[in-house]
Amino acid sequence: MIDLTTNYLGLKLKNPVVVSASPLTEKLENFERLRDAGASAIVMYSLFEEQIEAESENLDAAMELGTNSYAEATTYLPDMPKYQIGPDRYIDLIYKAKKTVDVPIIASLNGNSRGGWTRYAEHMEQAGADALELNIFNIPTDPSVTAEQLEHGYCELVRAVRKAVKIPVSVKLGPYFTSMANFVKQLSAAGADGVVIFNRFYQPDFDLEELEVTPNLVLSSPHELRLRLHWAAILYHQVETYIAITGGVHDSTDVLKSMMAGAHVAMMTSALLKYGIEHIGVVLSGMERWMEEHEYQSVKQMRGSMSLVNIENPTAFLRGNYLKMLGSYKFGEAGSALPTY
Amino acid sequence: MTDRAPSSIWETTDVKTTETEEANSAASIEDANESQSRGGINTEEPAPIGDEAGKGKAARNKVTLDGNEAVAHVAYHVSEVAAIYPITPSSPMGESSDAWASIGEKNIWGTVPKVVEMQSEGGAAGALHGALQAGALGTTFTSSQGLLLMIPNMYKIAGELTSTVIHVAARAVAAQALSIFGDHQDVMATRQTGFALLSSNSVQEAMDLALVAHAASLESRIPFLHFFDGFRTSHEVSKIEELSLDDMRAMIDDDLVRAHRSRALSPDHPVLRGSAQNPDVYFQGREAVNPYYIACPTIVQNAMDKFAAIVGRQYHLFEYVGAADAENVIIIMGSGAEAVHEAVDYMTAQGKKVGVLKVRLVRPFSVEHFLDALPKTTKSIAVLDRTKEPGSIGEPLYQDIVTALTEGFTAGKCKLAAFPKVVGGRYGLSSKEFTPAMVVRIYDELTKATPQNHFTIGIVDDVTHTSLDYDSTFSTESPDTVRAMFFGLGADGTVGANKNTIKIIGEDTNLFVQGYFVYDSKKSGSVTTSHLRFSKKPIHSTYLISSANFVGCHQFSFMERLDVLRAADPGSVFLLNSPFGPDDVWDNLPRSAQKTIIDKKLKFYVIDAVEVARAAGMGGRINTVMQTCFFAISGVLPRDEAVASIKHSIEKTYGKRGESVVRKNFAAVDASLENLHEVKVPAAISSKFDLRPTVPANAPEFVRSVEGLMIAGDGDLIPVSAMPIDGTFPTGTTQWEKRNIALEIPVWDEALCIQCGKCVMVCPHAVIRAKVYDPAAINHAPEGFQTAAPKWREFSDLKYTLQVAPEDCTGCGLCVEVCPAKSKSEAKHRAINMEAQPPLREKYNDYWSYFLSLPELSREKLAHGQVKDAQLLEPLFEFSGACSGCGETPYIKVMTQMFGDRALIANATGCSSIYGGNLPTTPYTKNKEGRGPAWSNSLFEDNAEFGMGMRIAVDKQKEYAEELVKRMASLIGEELATGLLSADQSTEPGIFTQRDRVKALKEKLAGNKTAAARDLLAVADELVNKSVWIIGGDGWGYDIGFGGLDHVLASDANVNILLLDTEVYSNTGGQMSKSTPLGAVAKFAAGGKRTPKKDIAMMAMNYGRAYVAHIAMGGSDGQTMKAFAEAEAHNGPSLIIAYSHCIAHGYDMVHGIEQQKNAVLSGHWPLFRYNPGLAKEGKNPFQLDSRAPSIPLEKYIYNEARYTMLVSSDPEEAKLLLHQAQDNVNERWKLYQHMAAMSFEK
Repeated sequence: MIDLTTNYLGLKLKNPVVVSASPLTEKLENFERLRDAGASAIVMYSLFEEQIEAESENLDAAMELGTNSYAEATTYLPDMPKYQIGPDRYIDLIYKAKKTVDVPIIASLNGNSRGGWTRYAEHMEQAGADALELNIFNIPTDPSVTAEQLEHGYCELVRAVRKAVKIPVSVKLGPYFTSMANFVKQLSAAGADGVVIFNRFYQPDFDLEELEVTPNLVLSSPHELRLRLHWAAILYHQVETYIAITGGVHDSTDVLKSMMAGAHVAMMTSALLKYGIEHIGVVLSGMERWMEEHEYQSVKQMRGSMSLVNIENPTAFLRGNYLKMLGSYKFGEAGSALPTY
Repeated sequence: MTDRAPSSIWETTDVKTTETEEANSAASIEDANESQSRGGINTEEPAPIGDEAGKGKAARNKVTLDGNEAVAHVAYHVSEVAAIYPITPSSPMGESSDAWASIGEKNIWGTVPKVVEMQSEGGAAGALHGALQAGALGTTFTSSQGLLLMIPNMYKIAGELTSTVIHVAARAVAAQALSIFGDHQDVMATRQTGFALLSSNSVQEAMDLALVAHAASLESRIPFLHFFDGFRTSHEVSKIEELSLDDMRAMIDDDLVRAHRSRALSPDHPVLRGSAQNPDVYFQGREAVNPYYIACPTIVQNAMDKFAAIVGRQYHLFEYVGAADAENVIIIMGSGAEAVHEAVDYMTAQGKKVGVLKVRLVRPFSVEHFLDALPKTTKSIAVLDRTKEPGSIGEPLYQDIVTALTEGFTAGKCKLAAFPKVVGGRYGLSSKEFTPAMVVRIYDELTKATPQNHFTIGIVDDVTHTSLDYDSTFSTESPDTVRAMFFGLGADGTVGANKNTIKIIGEDTNLFVQGYFVYDSKKSGSVTTSHLRFSKKPIHSTYLISSANFVGCHQFSFMERLDVLRAADPGSVFLLNSPFGPDDVWDNLPRSAQKTIIDKKLKFYVIDAVEVARAAGMGGRINTVMQTCFFAISGVLPRDEAVASIKHSIEKTYGKRGESVVRKNFAAVDASLENLHEVKVPAAISSKFDLRPTVPANAPEFVRSVEGLMIAGDGDLIPVSAMPIDGTFPTGTTQWEKRNIALEIPVWDEALCIQCGKCVMVCPHAVIRAKVYDPAAINHAPEGFQTAAPKWREFSDLKYTLQVAPEDCTGCGLCVEVCPAKSKSEAKHRAINMEAQPPLREKYNDYWSYFLSLPELSREKLAHGQVKDAQLLEPLFEFSGACSGCGETPYIKVMTQMFGDRALIANATGCSSIYGGNLPTTPYTKNKEGRGPAWSNSLFEDNAEFGMGMRIAVDKQKEYAEELVKRMASLIGEELATGLLSADQSTEPGIFTQRDRVKALKEKLAGNKTAAARDLLAVADELVNKSVWIIGGDGWGYDIGFGGLDHVLASDANVNILLLDTEVYSNTGGQMSKSTPLGAVAKFAAGGKRTPKKDIAMMAMNYGRAYVAHIAMGGSDGQTMKAFAEAEAHNGPSLIIAYSHCIAHGYDMVHGIEQQKNAVLSGHWPLFRYNPGLAKEGKNPFQLDSRAPSIPLEKYIYNEARYTMLVSSDPEEAKLLLHQAQDNVNERWKLYQHMAAMSFEK
């Protein structure tokens, strides 16, 4: 019997396939489908404090637009007795999801203010979330802010949230940190129980006809997994923290690779959006088949087996990787594209 | 804020412990439990039927609300059915009822009333009649023309002795002009219907007598019209004692309710009602009701007595106030009675023998009760009517009183020593001010041996000399009353803040409070004036404040255009929102303001509220900041308590909109106190400037002497002789009213501009214009005047200029949003960009004047159906007071560019008649030949018929002119006659040529004295084709005017109908029409509309004769132009349904054009044209001009609060409705696609 169980943020999971934050988790009916398909835990879509504020302010602006300006129409819209503005809808969904499915529910939070982070984190814990994923990354556009100041700010934030809640807390990171391992250590010291690598940013596209920058959602592709594998392999054994890989996990081999790199769980969304929620089952059975064929007994057994410390030639993870790749590239070889760098 | 403790304008600060006194009421108002806002859900179980529950059961709430809400509170809770229709100023009663029903608020019997919007007031009355006949307890709310539309049913309801109450916010009727303001013309037009007429004078009375009306109607079987003055009472915010549901249960006798039901039509005990009667019996039948009318007054008095026993306030059919031995008595009804009451209190305190008789029950008029109420000592009586009956002996109340006295004396029942002198007077039409100063003058008149009869008061009648002049400086204002005036802009939240202030003071103190709000006639950049009173005694001052002890000016720019300190009392407090600090502000005030501040020794405070609000994240909304400052300076409440109260109020008002909004408001409160400064007032006037003239000196005489006064807020001073006798006004006058309201205006980059004309086309206010002209014309151009080479091959040797009118622009930004030309090195920079207006103002004024002086390009040289060319056509609709960024006005402007010089416009009542025809100035204008649209508004419901009548007249006169031309051909000359009769006027050159022929004809006929020649001269202009336009909104076209519209569409009348579709009743504040889309929230559809938008285009196309176009300028401006050209060319009825974005949709109008595009892309608003002429050519008359939906509906609708607020309030319902709406879009598209694919080959 293959043992797929794993431990993530202190939560005992039946397998390492976790659903990452996405619109899939905006609807309650999807939670049951995700569970039935085999997801071991579900990260809810992110609650954006900024968005909540915008919703609140937009509603306020719309309700005030044109009011008390003209005798015949002192208002233009009927005011409702109440609105589900703010975190209510999100909190309510956590509560309902917990009642509906028995898999761990991890709430995801993207704050905008110190008060907002802790306030919403508390709400999430109270609603029954099993853990909290902090989606901390902001695009650092201000050239006067140093990397050190930024990292310090993030750690302070983690410390504040850690203090506010008792449930495990993970931090979802972007890949753009100069000294990733050091920063993860700092986060761990600040109280983070785990890190999720890496956030994908929806980089906007350029519309050349309209000369506009347009938001553009592109699903992840499997090649994005490489970066995650790389860093999981480096972090494994160097930091005492749970590691989740997200971004580019599309099939069973991707999960297996993630485990071998040192991750505790592998998170999926794009593949589910592409192939459907039931794809989780395909991934899990694929894992089992491969492990059977290759006589692995458990996920625990393979975890970190190909990490920096456990691989025969660690230079593969270091600069040599780059040199070797360049050297191995043959121009004009069938199936290869011309390099663009 | 300085350290010094603020001075208080309140003499006694311990207002919390002050005993209240009710001067005229039998009982004092008990302290209430914590006040509740209106609209809370009634979850109480109903008391057992027939039980006089609640008698003295609980203390009543004190609430701060307006007259409409006070009345609706009662009407809703004692009714089962409310058939409603919006009309100002009564709409809020229906809105409250609908909102309560949508959240399940129950009536006193524990069931939720049905609130149903109908297609017109006529429809509402019909539905009410039906509901009553079928046994329900019904009510409705209306005003003015709405009430007139109910009259036919009112006769029926009364003739059938059916209990009901129509609540009326009494309003002027449309005569020489429409007016939304209050008087009794509408109510008096119903006095013969058989309805009882019951008048309330104040907000408290309106709530109380609403209940008395319902109770008395059930008992008397006579239907009641309960009325109170529009705006003065309907919109006055006041603290009153709220009737509880127990009070209502106690007043309404359920046996009478059951008796009402037992008379209902039912197949289980069938009867027939509404028979046709012949000469033999009709008369007797009409007389059969008499006993009920005889009994009614006593029933009403009994109900008033019962009410007094339950509630403690005693009312009488005729309420006398004043000296017991009064000799001079004023008889009056409505809110004006309170001003008289105040004056009487003042005069009797001085020992004057005066009194006022307030009439409450006008019909059935009880002579007996009247004679009982009139003091026996009365010698002279003035009966004041707030109505006008031209040609009558006197107005109705006057006639009633004269008749009553005559009857009393004839029957020997009058206890007066001698028949008194009785005179009648008119006052207060259309909410004209009625003040104690006028009252005192009337009492003076009564002391004369022969007082003037049929006088007017409050105006200067220098034509028939009816008016009494009076000392307008006389005041009876109590020094104990805090009187505060605030000047604000509509958009800055001043009125909202003051409404909150009243609530705070009303709820947190024992003070009586009153708030009344005056708006100017513009929808954008409107000036609001708030009048607030706070007093330890009941407030009877039903007039504006003219002596204030606090003045707040919330916009610094007002200082140069308004005399805001005119009403300031000596020693009063002046608070100014100023970008200049306490040390710099003085020199930036006009001389007159400096003089007033010095002379009156005002305490002067400044705050930079804009900056404080901006820092707090509140944008331009300075309401919270200014409100906090008022509390800090006025001392009405101790400061700490005031701050706590403001914050509590913020939480109550904004809490449900989210924490963020509350936090920002809190931050603004805290920052306000830190930034409030007292100004050390210098001893001397030092300013270098004074108030700017209202209109320029070169404006026409009528604009300067009449309209200029209105603009300055001094319209009350205009004498009768200066007014047009028949409501006729000159056009082209908005150009003189420079409102200067834009903070930013568009600035042209001529190098980048591709001269596409889109900005000119979308500009709602015609403030951005283009001209192509001879380069020689710019020899004397002001320095910096921008020009470019025209991007037309045929005009390549000319010059092109795009110019903005800096003081007419509203700063909406639509032009910039629609500009497609972007810089190749800086994508955000377009060919036009918004920049701060103040530095550009003077320079651009010069440019604009110069631009206007440049010649217009000949219309014959332009392709009128092209957007690019249309920008060069002179707009004959400009600078309207429409909302900034209005989605309707660009279509009207395009129409006037294309056909304005020969257009007659019939305009339905609504937004387009308000921004099109509201004084002081009018946006329709003329070209240099003096031609332009001739415009008129008839009514709301009859506009299609009105326009068709214009067409018939034009056609008939043309026909007659042609007949005369034929008859006089030899005199005229055969060639000219033939030319006139066979002219091809289908093109612009054709029109021009025909005009030349008509000119030649007139020259030939000049001096010819024959009747035929003179007749032909009178109709000769009709030989040039006229373009008749019927303009209105969806409330008109889809609902109230649909019957007429349908008739016109089915006719062969060559009219063009422009239906400006905002999908709601915009003008009255966003009520649902049949155009409102499924799932959209609107008033009367507070839970989201459940039925799809009516497909009026499909209905029109069904006739097969009418041209129909479904257009959206933002979806395709080219298609819009084509549609206008084709509609005008179609010889028959044409209907253009134009998507018009609107602030009632709930988003910033700067995105209006973008949303239009989304509406088209989503399939919500497919673009198409149906041209019947094509079918004759074997082509499909239906052409789809937009592509299949390419974005989901939600991508379009969820940009608008009218949809998203349902997602926030009821996500499940919103989801369901979105799903249905998407299905509808898909189905409709399939149908249209199918239609477009049909073959018409012969």
